[in-house]
Amino acid sequence: MNFLTNTLITLTILFTPLYPREVSINDLTVISYETFEEMVNTPSSQLRVYNFWATWCAPCIKEMPHFEKVNNEDSDIALYFISLDDGLKTERVTNFIKKRNIQAPVYLLDDIDYNKWIDKVHQDWSGAIPATLFVDANGKKHFHEGEMSEETLLSIINTLK
Amino acid sequence: MPYTKLILFYSLMMIISVGSLVAQNKEGYKVGDKARDFSLKDVSGEMVSMASQSDAKGFLVIFSCNTCPYVVAYEDRMIELHKKYAPQGYPVIAINPNDKTLSPGDSFEKMQERANDKNFPFAYLYDETQEITRAYGATRTPEVYLLQRQGKEYMVKYIGAIDNNYREAGQANDKYVEDAMDAVLNNRQIAQTSTKAIGCTIKFRK
Repeated sequence: MNFLTNTLITLTILFTPLYPREVSINDLTVISYETFEEMVNTPSSQLRVYNFWATWCAPCIKEMPHFEKVNNEDSDIALYFISLDDGLKTERVTNFIKKRNIQAPVYLLDDIDYNKWIDKVHQDWSGAIPATLFVDANGKKHFHEGEMSEETLLSIINTLK
Repeated sequence: MPYTKLILFYSLMMIISVGSLVAQNKEGYKVGDKARDFSLKDVSGEMVSMASQSDAKGFLVIFSCNTCPYVVAYEDRMIELHKKYAPQGYPVIAINPNDKTLSPGDSFEKMQERANDKNFPFAYLYDETQEITRAYGATRTPEVYLLQRQGKEYMVKYIGAIDNNYREAGQANDKYVEDAMDAVLNNRQIAQTSTKAIGCTIKFRK
């Protein structure tokens, strides 16, 4: 009886699938909305910039170099690229990161029940991408929907710092 | 000194009024507003308006295009919506709002090709001046406006996504547009009158 119970317990442990909240594939981390929210709510002395994009979104790809440049030139800024690509096709994103030599950390937010969380990111977001969430050192949020030039990005950053 | 105060006051008023003007332009229609009619060129070459379809009780106006992967994912569902609701008085009208210079794949000729390939049973119109898109306040594709005819007016009843799973129609467990349509057809209140979804930003001419 005891043997049977032990075997059962061992088998249960062995065959229980692990559900990690974060899965890293090459340079890409796949996250849930809840993990994203935790990231945003964790206090930081830096100005955090969360840029929502996808590999299929032309205006997103166009503005990415501005974000990388500004991030590289200013240590008070922490840039995160949040991909909204298909979570079942992560290779599209990992290939993109490699090909374009993306330096900033890239996360794939894998939750397609969009209506449940878009408003939580920011009320002003219609859901169109590109879109960018800025979180300053006090935790205050600023949101911008649409493609940005380097000048626009810098002027927003300067008002928030 | 009072002058400085006065100037400050007027400057402040100016900023506030300009600010609210900008906000109004950005917002477009909300649920409960009256939507304007349009006369736009269909892929068939004919001009289409809502008034010209006098037997319709309303419309499912969907801002759509050729190039957005979310639209492509929803095209078959748009066809199904038209097949289900056009016989009940609510045909689909798709409108492409994208500027063809910024998005060459969304030209009128490409629209005709796409409509032909997919055998669209609904009108597919080109808002070349983007006037209608701006008036409605659409920001992304695909985005649905459910309009109900009341006399000569078109009332906005629902704005948003088709359902909550772009990947698999069968996996969607919140069918926003069908729920809204069922409510409208049965004279019930729509439970969820607006929803949001990730979509392709509309390419507005600069």
